Amino acid sequence: MTARQGPLPTAGPMRARPPRLLLLAGVSACLLAAANPARADIPLNYLVSAGARANHILPLTWGVSIISVLVVITLSGLLLWAILRRRGGPPTRTFDNTPASRGGDGLRWISWGVGLSSIVLFATVIWTIRTVARVMEPDEEPAITLEVIAHQWWWEVRYPGAMPSQGFTTANEIHIPVGQPVRIRLKGADVIHSFWVPLLAGKTDVIPGTVNTTWMTADAPGTYRGQCTEYCGVEHANMGFLVIAQPRPEFDAWRRAQASSAAPPARPRAREGEAHFKARCGACHSVRGTGAGGRVGPDLTHLMSRQTLAAATIPNTPDTLARWIIHAQDMKPRSLMPNIRMPEDEHAAITAYLQTLE
Amino acid sequence: MTEQRRVAHIVHDNAALADHLHALWERPHTLVGWLSSTDHKDIGRRYLVTAFAFLLLGGLEALALRLQLAKPDSTLLPPEAYDQMFTMHGVSMIFLYAQPILSGFANFLWPLVLGARDMAFPRLNALSYWIFLCAGIFIYSSFLIGAAPNDGWFNYVPYAAREYNPGPNMDFMSLGIIFLGISTTIGAINFVVTWMRHRAPGMSINRLPIIVWGTLTASAANIVVIPAVSLAFFLLWLDRQFNTSFFAVEAGGQPLLWQHLFWIFGHPWVYALVLPAIGLSADAIPVLARRPLVGYTPVALATVSTMAIGFGVWVHHMFATGLPGLSLSFFSGASILIAIPSAVTVFALIATIFSGKPVINTAFLFFAAFIILFVIGGVSGFMTAAIPVDWQLTDTYFVVAHIHYVLIGINVFPVVGSLYFWLPKMTGRMLGERLGRWNFWLMFAGVNIAFLPMHLTGLWGMPRRIYTYHAGMGWSALNMITTVGAFIFAVGVLLLLVNIALSLKVGAKAGPNPWRAGTLEWATTSPPQPYNFVVIPTIASRHPLWEEDLNDTRHRSHVHRGYELSDHHETIGTTTVDAVPDIILKMPSPSLTPLLLALALSALFVGLLLHAWWVVGAAGAAILAVLAAWLWPQAHLGERLEESETAGAGS
Repeated sequence: MTARQGPLPTAGPMRARPPRLLLLAGVSACLLAAANPARADIPLNYLVSAGARANHILPLTWGVSIISVLVVITLSGLLLWAILRRRGGPPTRTFDNTPASRGGDGLRWISWGVGLSSIVLFATVIWTIRTVARVMEPDEEPAITLEVIAHQWWWEVRYPGAMPSQGFTTANEIHIPVGQPVRIRLKGADVIHSFWVPLLAGKTDVIPGTVNTTWMTADAPGTYRGQCTEYCGVEHANMGFLVIAQPRPEFDAWRRAQASSAAPPARPRAREGEAHFKARCGACHSVRGTGAGGRVGPDLTHLMSRQTLAAATIPNTPDTLARWIIHAQDMKPRSLMPNIRMPEDEHAAITAYLQTLE
Repeated sequence: MTEQRRVAHIVHDNAALADHLHALWERPHTLVGWLSSTDHKDIGRRYLVTAFAFLLLGGLEALALRLQLAKPDSTLLPPEAYDQMFTMHGVSMIFLYAQPILSGFANFLWPLVLGARDMAFPRLNALSYWIFLCAGIFIYSSFLIGAAPNDGWFNYVPYAAREYNPGPNMDFMSLGIIFLGISTTIGAINFVVTWMRHRAPGMSINRLPIIVWGTLTASAANIVVIPAVSLAFFLLWLDRQFNTSFFAVEAGGQPLLWQHLFWIFGHPWVYALVLPAIGLSADAIPVLARRPLVGYTPVALATVSTMAIGFGVWVHHMFATGLPGLSLSFFSGASILIAIPSAVTVFALIATIFSGKPVINTAFLFFAAFIILFVIGGVSGFMTAAIPVDWQLTDTYFVVAHIHYVLIGINVFPVVGSLYFWLPKMTGRMLGERLGRWNFWLMFAGVNIAFLPMHLTGLWGMPRRIYTYHAGMGWSALNMITTVGAFIFAVGVLLLLVNIALSLKVGAKAGPNPWRAGTLEWATTSPPQPYNFVVIPTIASRHPLWEEDLNDTRHRSHVHRGYELSDHHETIGTTTVDAVPDIILKMPSPSLTPLLLALALSALFVGLLLHAWWVVGAAGAAILAVLAAWLWPQAHLGERLEESETAGAGS
């Protein structure tokens, strides 16, 4: 690494050093520029935003980032200048022939440096506090209030209804109407988690025994990725979720469909699967309208309306679903879903049944 | 009643006196002599070697983590192993390396820069080291049964509770940190009392080297905050072992209580890990720039005020926990404004270099790089202090980049620079300059290749503490770069070890003052004699050895003429502010009791871990017995003279 960048230090310290330092700075700058930090194709990139709350935060994020980069460049420049500036006489090489000297008191450096820094710092404090005030509450009353319950290692999502029968529970995918603020009440089922949808809002911790609230708005229809960001155990890495923003009519239709119970399967194969499901899976999973009422794992009433499985870890395809049923531990080690041994025809029947849960 | 006190005579140093002191202070060259040493120089060296060993262990863990993260969807490490690795990486670096390595430098240097013969409590000093070693081994022994701590260095409950974490992992952690806390507290008390009483006559508080300010401030903070973390871990251990419910939600406990207790400790601790290192740099840079430090008083005050403000910033670790906006704003303001004292130090150091004539050697490069890394770690900290930005940044790799710039930049770089600068004093031999340049450039390139792009990894949303990630997340290239940088850094550290080994074998002889430096430690031989100074020096300025260089005609310090203290292990006691001599302090002889006490305490903690109550009882009895032996009155430690000695002494 070092060898390619320049001659060895023995060639003369004063000449060898600066090019390498500059080269390193240059390479870093090019890397950053080439990377285009505001890329939109990176699911959790928070240098872009897509909703009121994140929009309010974004200028501050860029603002403090730019201040920071300027400070680093300025001080690096001052330091390099301080080291390399021409001084009268030959460069200092040894200690024995260089007595210490007073060299002026230099206090102006401190007063100017600290004075300018203080102005920037105080301004940032004010900007920060104003931004906090902006984003604590939405401008208008939220359209709906959801409840999200964080589990090791998945998300339970509860939608209220005007009547209890219209409320429903789903998992790992949160649908919201576009352009309207949504309030989210966060509850913890076990350990601390953190709820984060970077394009829409910053993090809010989910703390057992406490109800925290957050809110978010999506400016445009789309799917926004969310992620648990408080270390919560072995599968913390695979605790994602999706926020799906839809135009209001589409959202209402989705909500009506989700509130309904599962339709009884038509084909005999699937009916057989339903029976096996109740026996094998019903202790942990619910499917409304059947006897399966377990509450340990996600509600599967409308499983096939979801894009992903296992907390946004794997896409929901017939293949992955079939595999997940019996090999969950290979796909998400130590998740609370065990590897289940069952005869092949039973496995096929359960898979067929689950695929009817539209 | 009149007390018979001895009066110290003022003499010139001479060979006969040196021989006499040597016979009096040198420890026997036997195993028992080695184990019973209370010489601050031995203890300092042991701290340095042990802390460096933990740095290497933590470094190996880091390389394992980086291999796992180099590529997406990697299966090199199972998740449980990854969790133990990242936890032990943090525990090693933060608890077992970063603070103890600074204790090592401070232990070695303090009595030398202060003109004393030893620390205030030499046996406590040895105890502090032995406990550190035992606690480190205690925590690391968890690897032997595959149950190393696995809840990060911050150990959040409820995940640390037995319900979610049933193995012994977190018991090793809880008991180990309580054990280690004893060492840190004892060490801190020792530094504070040494500062109060063990300075050469004339070394008033405006003449202290900055390392003394740094270590003193860090020690004062440690005395205040270690009880918080020890209590937190004790409560956790009770919760885990005896079903108390300090943190258990279902019984009315409060998980946030843990976070407050931990961060009230945790944030001041971060400053305790950097202020002494900044002190080392602020003492070495002026020597290398051939002039006194610019702004001594502002820098000393900045050191103290950083810690004062540092007590009011802990909630910035908790911005996302749902606390009210008003209280967040207070902590945000404090966390942003704490940059002001740091700015004082940075500008003072740059001004020192600017207006000096820097001699550019390896030590200088490390200290100069420290300034830049300090700035980068500082501004990223400033970004996380802006609450709404923190709601995005926190728990992403941005914070990982930040903490590594802080701990590598403001701890490791000053430490390595200090090795190049002070190791010649410790061993009597210089480190190689040519290898040093390779060492520096590899470490400097490595740290920046690894951690500069990592800011972007964080801004692109990669959460901390995940054992793997999918290719579609967009983090693959950045992670590969970081892994490459980490290995470059590791090669740099390896070269440092090679350089030290070569120096010990064939290094050029250093002589007493290879840098023509101005402070007292350079007035001693390299390595210093067991008694440090033949006579106790008298100090008249901040740079006793530079008074002629600086044409300081008003002040004349004396390092070859001063109090003769040669009856027992003795040093002079002075007043706290002005350092006026007021007492001859008797120092204890070498003793095995510190080691025995540390071993008995180890047995106690092992007993608690295993629930072996008879071991706990036996260890308790052993502790009492050793303490009795330790505290047994010894006539030669008395301040008053025996009847037989009073003849000829003043009153």
